Amino acid sequence: MADYSVPEIQEDIKTPALAVGTMAHLKPYPAIEKHMVPLAFPKQRVDNWQEKGIEKLGDMLKKYRSLQVYLDICVKCGACADKCHYYLGTGDANNMPVARAELMRSVYRRYFTPAGKLFPGVVRAVDFDEEALHKWMTYFHQCSQCRRCSVFCPYGIDTAEITMAAREIMDAIGVGHKYSTEIICKVHDMGNNLGIPKPALKGTLEFLEGDILENTGHEVRLPLDEEGAEVLLVAPSADFFSEPHIQSLMGYAKVFHQAGIRYTISSIAAEAANFGMFIGSFAQKQKIAKRIAEQARELKVKRIVVGECGHAWRVAYSFWNTLNGPFDFLDPRYPVPQHICEFTYDLLQRGALTMDKEANDEYVVTMHDSCNVARASRMGDKPGGQFEIPRALIRASCNQFVEMDPETTHEKTFCCGGGGGLLTDELMDLRIAGAMPRVTALKQVMKKDKVNFMALICAICKAQFSKVLPMYHIPMETVGGVHQLVSNAIQLGAKKGIV
Amino acid sequence: MLTVLAYLVVGIFLVGFTHRIWLYASCPAPLKIPTTPAPVTTVGVVWRLFTEIAFFNSLFKGDKWAWVGSYAFHGALALVLVRHLRYFVDPLPGFFAHIQIAGIVAGLVMVGGLGLLLLRRLIIDRVRYISSPADYLWLMLLLGIGGSGLLMQFCVRPDIVHIKAAMMGMWSSTNVSLPTMMAGDFIFLAHLLMVAALVVLFPFSKLMHLGGIFFSPTRNQVDNPREVKHVNPWASN
Repeated sequence: MADYSVPEIQEDIKTPALAVGTMAHLKPYPAIEKHMVPLAFPKQRVDNWQEKGIEKLGDMLKKYRSLQVYLDICVKCGACADKCHYYLGTGDANNMPVARAELMRSVYRRYFTPAGKLFPGVVRAVDFDEEALHKWMTYFHQCSQCRRCSVFCPYGIDTAEITMAAREIMDAIGVGHKYSTEIICKVHDMGNNLGIPKPALKGTLEFLEGDILENTGHEVRLPLDEEGAEVLLVAPSADFFSEPHIQSLMGYAKVFHQAGIRYTISSIAAEAANFGMFIGSFAQKQKIAKRIAEQARELKVKRIVVGECGHAWRVAYSFWNTLNGPFDFLDPRYPVPQHICEFTYDLLQRGALTMDKEANDEYVVTMHDSCNVARASRMGDKPGGQFEIPRALIRASCNQFVEMDPETTHEKTFCCGGGGGLLTDELMDLRIAGAMPRVTALKQVMKKDKVNFMALICAICKAQFSKVLPMYHIPMETVGGVHQLVSNAIQLGAKKGIV
Repeated sequence: MLTVLAYLVVGIFLVGFTHRIWLYASCPAPLKIPTTPAPVTTVGVVWRLFTEIAFFNSLFKGDKWAWVGSYAFHGALALVLVRHLRYFVDPLPGFFAHIQIAGIVAGLVMVGGLGLLLLRRLIIDRVRYISSPADYLWLMLLLGIGGSGLLMQFCVRPDIVHIKAAMMGMWSSTNVSLPTMMAGDFIFLAHLLMVAALVVLFPFSKLMHLGGIFFSPTRNQVDNPREVKHVNPWASN
């Protein structure tokens, strides 16, 4: 393992002194021809990239109100400056949300405002040149699109919108990021981000069925491509192959089993994630989401349930209806889509599940809210249901639950450090530093309340924490899914079916 | 001359401001992106925007000193503007006698708030880093306007009777002239020119946050994407 510098964890989250360029050395791997061309992006940087980039920006200003308004109205009050986990972790000036957005604003002013054309020095307007593009590539790949800054902005300026636009402009001139483009190609080719072929997926599911049978004595099914099932389960593909994700997958399966509801996984839509969002492309978002709607029709299901994945839930909850709706071929009694937590919570409310909390007595549990669930979606019918419903499941599954510092949970939650298309090894320095605020809050409750399990509902958070927590001397087993706890506590065969 | 200038200044502002608002209003919002938890009804959204505009809710959560400075400035500015109507209305309704004191105190609070915002900009390393010359110039201009106003109120009075006559003359577009007899008259001229500069530059600057906030999708959208299909006008389906 490479030698990484890991920030020292303090008693509390401290705002660092401003430094210039501490993270300028990070180089996101550029996308290659093989992954750019299938996505209809130029295979490499185009010759007239400056002109094309400005043209694309102009085009997007007419398509995205958020971009036009947010480039215009920032007063640079600085309220967002110390809210970003990457700024807190690195102290790099360009990781202040306002400074990150200024990288685009300064170009916008130069080409689209009278002040920037006439007095570039006064309003800080810059040409879209090598230096500007280099900064875009560097720092728009140091934003995880977590939207924490937008919570505190007096105008709700959402840096995620600006980061997405910047990445879309860069893709349009042939300057992409390898990580996201490669994954999007995989989802188009194989149906999932990991590139798992159908036989391997089938093998894994059968193996897990055997595993559950062996451990519990119950025949819990993990069906694949079964037409006529009631529910299509769309989980992040990491749930099929990674720890601790797989524990939650077994949790979902047990819930379906216990409720007596027939469900299926689809090999073509064995992926909830939608990296189209990370690169800001509406067309890619739509195309990736479409195969799920098509599979729901083809398999003749009545409901779609989405597994534990943060950005996937944002896309599903907030965008699916716009992208591929209406879903009027599904059962109107249930929301489309439904989150697995909503699904399990509903069954719990109706008394269909029996839980043995003592099964999790070895754990003192806390909850990490994942950014896209917390700040960009909802569960249930009331605002804030995205906080209450997963917590209700945790409380129903264990006896010991404590909250972390309220300044770091709910809508003020900190990103894990690996979201937004940054879960890649070449950005490890950033990922480690960006986890600092969350790790600080976690260590506080580990010390005070003996917390040893952090439950959450995001595949990226799980992967990121499993990798990064050990660097902070926290065992990787500390992180796991909400349905991992459900899986431990649910009593199979206790009382079956919906009451 | 003065009347022509006044009409020109106001004209540029109105055209520029309206154009900007039209730009925001006509630009599509392709996706639902409210920052959640968000209201699930239109009434809830109106309330959310009201609390943002009346109390600077989000800023309060984000930065207490910025909130104190900007709330003092904006609140006081509103009162000062109302008090200034006395120079444009004749005969004066009795109401103005009651707010005269409040308006004068507000003038002091306004300048104090601006001073605090300037200090923040200079002292906090993060805010200093993001500040451009334009950000300082705006504060200087506003401090100049507020300062010259206070100077006329407390130290060097201009020929206010003559000035009001000139202002009233503008309503009827008659040719008017400003008094240039006393020192205070020159301060008034500076005050007026600074206000004119602010009004002209307004639509081309960050001051557009005044109109822009109403068009911020993270704040003005209802959180109901599952219940109601939000249509992106430039995409298929």
